Amino acid sequence: MLHIKCPHCGLRSQNEFSYGGDATVKRPELNKEISDQDWDSFVYLRKSPRGKHLELWQHISGCRRWIKVERDTLTHEIFKTLKANEEV
Amino acid sequence: MSEKFRLDKGGLINRNKKLSFKFNGKKYFGYEGDTLASALIANGVHLVGRSFKYHRPRGFFGAGVDEPYAIVQMNRNNEVDPNVRATEQELFEGLEAKSVNCWPNVDFDIGAINNFLGKFFPAGFYYKTFMWPKSFWYKVYEPIIRKAAGFGEASIKHDKEKYEHKYEYCDLLITGSGPSGLASAYAAAQNGAKVILAEDKSRFGGSLLTSEVTIGNQSGKDWAEKIISELKLMPNVIVKNRSQVFGYYDHNMLVMSERVSDHLPKTEKYIPKQRLWYIRAKEVIISSGSIERPLVFGNNDTPGVMLSSAAKEYLKIYGVLVGKKPLVFTNNDSGYETAIEFKKNGIDPIVLDTRKSPNSEIIKEAKDLNINIKFSYVVVAAKGYKKVKSADIAKISDDKKNVSNIENIGCDCICVSGFWTPTIHLASQSGNKTKFKDEIDAFIPSQSKQKETTLGSANGIFTLEETLKTSFEKGSELSKQITNKENKIAVPSVVEKKSSNHDKFWCVPLPEGKNYKRFLDFQNDVAVSDIQLALREGYRSIEHVKRYTTLGMATDQGRTSNLNGLQLVSDIENKVVPQVGHTTFRPPYSPVSIGAIVGREIGKHSKPTRKSPMHYWHEKNNAVFVDAGVWLRPRYYKQGNENLFEASKREAKNVRQNVGVCDVTTLGKIDIKGPDSAEFLNRVYTNAWLKLPVGKARYGVMLREDGIVMDDGTTTRISENHYHMTTTTAQAANVLSHLEYYLQLVWPELNVNVVSSTEQWAGAAIAGPKSRDVLQKLFPDLDLSNEGLPFMGYMEGNLFGVNAKIYRISFSGELAYEVNVESDNGNYMWEKIMEIGKDFNIQPYGTEALSTLRIEMGHVAGSELDGRTIPYDNSLDGLVSKKKDFIGKRSLSKAAYVASDRQKIVGVIPLDKKTSIPEGSYIVKDAKAKLPNPKLGHISASCWSVEYDNPFSLAIIKDGRNMIGQKLFAMSPLKNKTIPVEIVSSHYVDPKGERVRS
Repeated sequence: MLHIKCPHCGLRSQNEFSYGGDATVKRPELNKEISDQDWDSFVYLRKSPRGKHLELWQHISGCRRWIKVERDTLTHEIFKTLKANEEV
Repeated sequence: MSEKFRLDKGGLINRNKKLSFKFNGKKYFGYEGDTLASALIANGVHLVGRSFKYHRPRGFFGAGVDEPYAIVQMNRNNEVDPNVRATEQELFEGLEAKSVNCWPNVDFDIGAINNFLGKFFPAGFYYKTFMWPKSFWYKVYEPIIRKAAGFGEASIKHDKEKYEHKYEYCDLLITGSGPSGLASAYAAAQNGAKVILAEDKSRFGGSLLTSEVTIGNQSGKDWAEKIISELKLMPNVIVKNRSQVFGYYDHNMLVMSERVSDHLPKTEKYIPKQRLWYIRAKEVIISSGSIERPLVFGNNDTPGVMLSSAAKEYLKIYGVLVGKKPLVFTNNDSGYETAIEFKKNGIDPIVLDTRKSPNSEIIKEAKDLNINIKFSYVVVAAKGYKKVKSADIAKISDDKKNVSNIENIGCDCICVSGFWTPTIHLASQSGNKTKFKDEIDAFIPSQSKQKETTLGSANGIFTLEETLKTSFEKGSELSKQITNKENKIAVPSVVEKKSSNHDKFWCVPLPEGKNYKRFLDFQNDVAVSDIQLALREGYRSIEHVKRYTTLGMATDQGRTSNLNGLQLVSDIENKVVPQVGHTTFRPPYSPVSIGAIVGREIGKHSKPTRKSPMHYWHEKNNAVFVDAGVWLRPRYYKQGNENLFEASKREAKNVRQNVGVCDVTTLGKIDIKGPDSAEFLNRVYTNAWLKLPVGKARYGVMLREDGIVMDDGTTTRISENHYHMTTTTAQAANVLSHLEYYLQLVWPELNVNVVSSTEQWAGAAIAGPKSRDVLQKLFPDLDLSNEGLPFMGYMEGNLFGVNAKIYRISFSGELAYEVNVESDNGNYMWEKIMEIGKDFNIQPYGTEALSTLRIEMGHVAGSELDGRTIPYDNSLDGLVSKKKDFIGKRSLSKAAYVASDRQKIVGVIPLDKKTSIPEGSYIVKDAKAKLPNPKLGHISASCWSVEYDNPFSLAIIKDGRNMIGQKLFAMSPLKNKTIPVEIVSSHYVDPKGERVRS
């Protein structure tokens, strides 16, 4: 079980969090023209990197905030955790 | 039967307390402090099981967790416990156990014929033989193999034992209470660190209990006792025996199983059988020691062949002789310790040492005791079937390739010592890259990945002096980093015997013309010949060899077999062991019962059960409940002998004719506040929200980004910047997370807050043509006319002293209202509604009637919004705004979503107007078409229409909009039914929606 440092609450066990996927994906802006291909890759295409991965987690059983976690998908090492509005 | 093999004195058992027990139905005696294994050996019982594949007789090989054979089936506290290691099971009065993997009994096992057919059971036998014909596998082959193979039998009854979980945090977790564990725990505790010291066995001390050493001015055993009693008194130390740390997981989380009650005849009230500890440690010290390695020779699995360290343990801890004519077969000095122990107790052992002329203190001591030692000698093969009767021994050539001078000598046990294998499982699980240490022919931990340190013999250090020194140092150093305190302790002086080098020899060559089975893996019956065959067949990677031959698998995880297996592969491949590498060690180190893993989360405790404030009223009024997500909801209220069908029909009919009331507390509710709430809702829902006036509700559909409907519900504008959203019962949590996602990550500029208010409100839906009459009596001061409170209107009122919110919304399709009050007032509200509604023939209705009402109205619910449908499919496309953008909108223009024959919801009626259509049935054009019959869609929900008194179903079918009026078939292969049906509109009752607006 991972130990994740919520930037709002501190170090907590993984079972307080839920996983939310790739944090680098940016939702296309509303009301803007977008090609089928760009839209499809936003909806469906995700990289599955071996190694460093910036991902989203939600502290559902804690502060309910969405946070960013930089984690090694191979070793589970967590390099840093960030608030939703922070960049690496 | 008397204890012929028990010494008159000695051992750590309590000779004042005699215990009786039964093994395979026969009664024996032992003492408090015995294990089942030591008590059986004391009684001369060595035959305890049959081997996995060949059903060869098996006895005891070890004295603890290393035991590969002696697995028994226990009957304790009226519960069956399969696969218990007899060497770990402590004896208690009345213990009952039996052998496994033998039929009809352990003495005469029919499966043993496999032994004589052995040449037909080579490595990979099952893979090779039972491939053809394919259909035979699960009907014929598998049941037979299952009966013949495997170990204990699991009970099929519910396990009534109690198990629990515990979470703990500590500075240092120390696994094993041998010299390194004790020294490091003591040093860390002195520095004020929070320490957990875990010992797998019942007694603390590890090797100190059986070795002849002096620490300070005490024997090793007394020193261990002193340290443990001091540690137990310290408030910063948790000392646990019978506790196996079996798994090292990520971020220094380890899991330990504590056998709380297994050593007792009964589990006491309020005490669990076993407890699983989840321990998050800042630092971990692995002091798990080492396990003696077997030597490989012919028939080395015969009962009576065992590890020399085990023989010593039976002598010194239990006062039990494993034999009276022992043969000690060793390639190092450890065997001599066992021989000397025999000699001291009046038994004459013979020592066969594979080395030519070793010299050390302990060998000299053995010589001085006149022990018969034969150098450059080996055991070629054990003789005897159910117990060792003699051994063929021989001289071994200097190059260790040939044996000569074979002679047969009588013996009743063969104690083998092939040097020591560090127990590196936990270190390896943590991600440690282990390295091969030539001097000890074994792997030891090297580079740590997590915060873990291995000490003592687990780290390949076999002298006590160095072990104690490094362990005191490490314990102090690691704890100092955490506590910033240092209490220096002097390392005590040590007296121990110096050892000479061991011999790398490990496998006795076969004499010419002999074809003895030489076992590597005792638990899985993997012999030298199996590995040779696997390599001949082209398996190279050790991971493949493992899976093909089963070497190192099953409950003992290769504790005794791994290294010898690697040696053999390296020898054949002409490689060195480190090149071959070892297989991955995975948790658990030793078996953990499923009960312990599950803990308290069984039955109703496996998830929370939520009950509405009106639950007890429903209970008192004969409600039959159904699980709805985590909620319990009334399915129907039983009157007299009614069944589900009759009751739900009565309830639904009463809603259509009079008035009914339904508990809708379980609906998800989300409170939304902030100046940008309207803009936010406008982006979340498919329809327009900017112009919803205060005091009005609106139905909305929300999508995922892929265009699939996520949820639906009504949202009401309570005041300028305050909205009350409802979701379906099942999606409540997901919708909240969804909203939080967009507010926090995508549109943080929106000034909106959301919070769940599901549990804050109790809700009652009052539905039916007389619902307004009931409501008017509940709120006599309010204008509830169609103009005063129109459809989709909202009002606040006072319900006999409590604040209430009234929403004119309808799921049933009738004139209906939902009244919400604070949860604490829920029951009060409900009783008032029932009391006042009496004059209007009000009846409560459950989820079954609710379903009936919504299905015949064509209102979609979870079975249509099933994660595969878009708004169009559910005839909700009218709610999709063309003017504004919203979550998922761009996906709706995908080619598949706008296809002209896109699936759509329809109504389905059986032509005979009698036969109910099973939910999940397929809709097909031609019932007799060749399989696979093209499927047009499926039945999503079925009911008995109370309006028309015939069955009615909803279906989502291809080209639904052009199918109305067609005659098709509903087929349910599950129920073996084919029903001719007609496709109609999904709005079966009141298609214009006049009732809700009346």
